[in-house]
Amino acid sequence: MPLGANQADNFNYMVHNLQELRQSASLATKVFVQRDYSDGTICQFQTKFPPELDSRIERHLFEDTVKTLNNFYAEAEKIGGSSYLEGCLACATAYFIFLCMETHYEKVLKKISKYIQEQNEKIYAPRGLLLTDPVERGMRVIEISIYEDRCSSSSSGSSSSASSSAGGGGGGAGGR
Amino acid sequence: MTPGGGDGGPMKDCEYSQISTHSSSSPMESPHKKKKVTSKRKWEVFPGRNKFFCNGRIMMARQTGVFYLTLVLILVTSGLFFAFDCPYLSDQITPAIPAVGAVLFFFVMGTLLRTSFSDPGVLPRATPDEAADLERQIGNTEEIANGSNSGGYRPPPRTKEVLINGQTVKLKYCFTCKIFRPPRASHCSLCDNCVERFDHHCPWVGNCVGKRNYRFFYMFILSLSFLTVFIFAFVITHVILRSQQTGFLNALKDSPASVLEAVLCFFSVWSIVGLSGFHTYLISSNQTTNEDIKGSWSNKRSKENFNPYSYGNIFTNCCSALCGPLSPSLIDRRGFVQPDTPQPTPPSNGITMYGATQSQSNMCDQDQCIQSTKFVLQAAATPLLQSESSINSEDLRLPGKTSISAPCATLTLGQPTPPPSLPNLTSETGLADMIPLKEDLESHQFLTPEEAPSPPGMLAIGSPMRHSRTMHILSLASQDSLHEDSVRGLVKLSSV
Repeated sequence: MPLGANQADNFNYMVHNLQELRQSASLATKVFVQRDYSDGTICQFQTKFPPELDSRIERHLFEDTVKTLNNFYAEAEKIGGSSYLEGCLACATAYFIFLCMETHYEKVLKKISKYIQEQNEKIYAPRGLLLTDPVERGMRVIEISIYEDRCSSSSSGSSSSASSSAGGGGGGAGGR
Repeated sequence: MTPGGGDGGPMKDCEYSQISTHSSSSPMESPHKKKKVTSKRKWEVFPGRNKFFCNGRIMMARQTGVFYLTLVLILVTSGLFFAFDCPYLSDQITPAIPAVGAVLFFFVMGTLLRTSFSDPGVLPRATPDEAADLERQIGNTEEIANGSNSGGYRPPPRTKEVLINGQTVKLKYCFTCKIFRPPRASHCSLCDNCVERFDHHCPWVGNCVGKRNYRFFYMFILSLSFLTVFIFAFVITHVILRSQQTGFLNALKDSPASVLEAVLCFFSVWSIVGLSGFHTYLISSNQTTNEDIKGSWSNKRSKENFNPYSYGNIFTNCCSALCGPLSPSLIDRRGFVQPDTPQPTPPSNGITMYGATQSQSNMCDQDQCIQSTKFVLQAAATPLLQSESSINSEDLRLPGKTSISAPCATLTLGQPTPPPSLPNLTSETGLADMIPLKEDLESHQFLTPEEAPSPPGMLAIGSPMRHSRTMHILSLASQDSLHEDSVRGLVKLSSV
């Protein structure tokens, strides 16, 4: 999906926020949310709240994010009529169609990376956290970077529009 | 860096986004990265033993000699068929024969090239942070375990148990990739990568067969068996028709190519049809070759052992394996290396890497020994590979092992040891290292996880009695598994 002009602006804007976060804050630690294999090898992440994030973010916000991600992955790996159709079509062309066609999975992965970006911007960056797209870590973990000692003036100023819904968290982090 | 610089110049925008695309863009879309000409692509620093062509688009194992043999065999047989048999057959019977043959031929070549050139589902190695985090977690559990049985100077085997659909599955820690291998993943010693849903390493297609290319591989062997049967049948038809007209000997004289094709097809058709039958069975029960050889889900191990990945229905199993969603490549071969995040690039021979990681030195010799012996065994099992691979492995790995095992042993002790015990200990280590390998290969139904000898336990005691028991189990397991798996082993060997 190509980014529209407005979205591209947002993108750049957000890049600034995240970039500031990286500049003004030092990386304290990273938390890794591991995979949940209880239903087999389909990609699901544990929704257990990591204790390191206790003072950083509300439990329900974190759980919502992970659950949404899990739903995305379940959608990507769903076995049903459309996936059979895609598979048979590809097989009929000796799989050469994948040279010029995106798979359903790849489309969902793009949705996921957009969603993670959005979540970072709205919820995680104002609290000094940063999610990394699991696909960059081999789908093994959701990596959450925790930043310390952030310079509150610069980032809260620039991210005020984004963090209106997450004002409580941003204030809490900036209060130190 | 100006805060809130949405109004910064285009140059700055570009600069910012270049640095931070790391967190914001998926590997598939990298809008600004292409401007950097000087930076390296990820395949150039890829830590596994793979070959890349076409700027990272094509990925194969390092040894590709047998793949070219496959290619030549298919091309020569089909070429002879189309050149010498098809004109006669289309005249005498129907022009549909060359048409069907051509369709089959292109399907075979398409699926073969897809299998060989695509990523089998390689898991990227852990980033230093992730590895450190895992190390910390393992460290915690190991401290607890060591506290309970003091005197054990070697940490327990690094496994993690997870419950999958009601079946307990052990996840092994991979010392090369620094991860707990996901269920069904296995480390390919030839390519030095962890591969998801690892099936086997197939030198014939010059690649591992795993999650991402298994369906290509299956369609390849299935269509190849059809093609071989097709060619064989029509070559025989051709010879019979000719011999009815001119006599058998004259027929052979008239089309000598047919004889060559018939011989080639006759010898290959058994293994190919057998292999596709075997893989049809595997697909319908949703197993991998690896799991089948090990007997991971066989009833012999215990009564309530079952395959937790099976959907319980042959039809669904087939559909999910062949028409399920195709998962994306996780290694982003064509992406650019981020300058701010150093890639984990251990040298491929693994010697300096082991020297460098002091924290893991107690485990290094074990890993290396497994690697090297596995390598040698695999090479022995695949005679066609022997010339290249066994030389490689011995040259690279054994020197590293011998030079490092002694310091490792001293390090692992953590307390002053009388020197005479040292050689004894190292030899014991070497022996113990054979066990996980053996277990890995084929002795699963005999060594249930509980009674499987674990290296730490043996080393903790380190008595001669243990030593002999180990020997016994080793020989027993290998002997029995030889008998048990001989049929399957034959099929497997013909495929590997």
